[in-house]
Amino acid sequence: MGFLDTLLGRTKPVRPNLDVLFAIPSAAYTLQAALGLAPTGTGAVCFKTAEGEAAGQAQTEALALLHTEPAARPTLSQDEYGYTWLTIHRADADVSALVTALHAVNTTLVDAGFGSTLLCTVIGFAGADPARRVGLVYLFKRGTVYPFAPAPGQTRDTALELQVRAQLAGELPIETDLGRWFPIWGTPA
Amino acid sequence: MRTRFRPDRQLSARMLLTVLLLGLVYAAFVAALIVLLKSVFWVVVIAGGLLAAQYWFSDRIALRAMRGQIVTPTQQPRLHGIIDRLCATADMPKPRVAVADTDLPNAFATGRSTRRAVVCVTTGLLRRLDTSELEGVLAHELSHIAHRDVAVMTVASFLGVLAGLVARFTFDSQLFGGRQRNEGYGGLLIMAVIAVSAAVYAVSFLLIRVLSRYRELAADRAGATLTGRPSELASALIKVSDGIRRIPTRDLRAATAFNAFLFAPTLGSRVSLATLLSTHPTLQQRLDRLGAISIELGEAAPRWDS
Repeated sequence: MGFLDTLLGRTKPVRPNLDVLFAIPSAAYTLQAALGLAPTGTGAVCFKTAEGEAAGQAQTEALALLHTEPAARPTLSQDEYGYTWLTIHRADADVSALVTALHAVNTTLVDAGFGSTLLCTVIGFAGADPARRVGLVYLFKRGTVYPFAPAPGQTRDTALELQVRAQLAGELPIETDLGRWFPIWGTPA
Repeated sequence: MRTRFRPDRQLSARMLLTVLLLGLVYAAFVAALIVLLKSVFWVVVIAGGLLAAQYWFSDRIALRAMRGQIVTPTQQPRLHGIIDRLCATADMPKPRVAVADTDLPNAFATGRSTRRAVVCVTTGLLRRLDTSELEGVLAHELSHIAHRDVAVMTVASFLGVLAGLVARFTFDSQLFGGRQRNEGYGGLLIMAVIAVSAAVYAVSFLLIRVLSRYRELAADRAGATLTGRPSELASALIKVSDGIRRIPTRDLRAATAFNAFLFAPTLGSRVSLATLLSTHPTLQQRLDRLGAISIELGEAAPRWDS
């Protein structure tokens, strides 16, 4: 924030950066080869639904866009913090198509003027043992990605998260500030 | 970027005007001091030291005054979860989170920088508000941190405090100090210093209060932008103001007069003079502004900002 903005108490809404999403398909190959983590075919966009009918319309538009593709199965859900999750599941686990669909949802919301309320996009991965799960969380406002590996009882598998970080450091802009790797319990992805 | 959140140019303009007026008053004060008094050095040092300490230790002072305890994510998962999400949306570092065990429903943010910031809520607030309302309040507090309000208000109040001290010291030294300087030109000089300092103190006090009210409105606005839900913040404001009016005054006195940014004023706002001297805008004013943002959000074809 500039000096004048500080002096006048203004915040500029942060511009979301959507393009990093397209680097995820190649990172998916690395994850599979190095750690045995395969994409689950599920991805989700998390945002705060602003009040008013305009936000509802933008959501309907985004959903309508997804229904044009038969392979994708979109669902809407609310979490305990009042955020909306738009989840897309592809049975064929095609990460490129999934990322394209997620990007389309994000673009629709940004174009409707709700870019500032986007929180993150999550793409799910799982190992042969289904308990070994990792979500790649993309932070719009930072343009960075971090791994989130939930373990039973609201704990995190930090070792697995750090393995993922080491593997993907060259391919994706990994969030360097570990304080921003916030947990997203109960994510649909 | 396209966004539905327009900047409030009128609010910015008013705030700029207030800051300019404040600067003007201070410049005049310093000029008068230099002309009238040669030995102001030690007064400046004392006042500067006091304010620097208040600025530097603002987080600890405020936490101690409110008896706030820093809490971990396992102790307060809901609170941490909300703040995590808001910080990710706003792209700001996560502040420390504290809870004060008092029934007075309020929240404040303090700390000299975004890295040293603390957000503190009271148990009374946690009990009264639901998750979305709490999120509205926390977004308001995080906006205070993003706007660096502790730094701005400390600098703004510096010369005002200095003027108060000069008036006070000169008055005391004239009462109890050597009588020989009281005659002729010296006596007049001292009267002039007291008069100028008192006037500067009074004017800067009013202007600082104006600035504080504008910054509250700015934080309301930025908070509503962050959550996209101005009405939740408005609803929290109504609940909290209601609760505060019912709390006995003994608690209120403990919760005033330190450099932190409370969510709601601890004094009931009824009279117009109180409005002028208040650090917070009236409830009605804040609700009106939030209502305007709510209408902007619902517009089918928003006017885009670049």
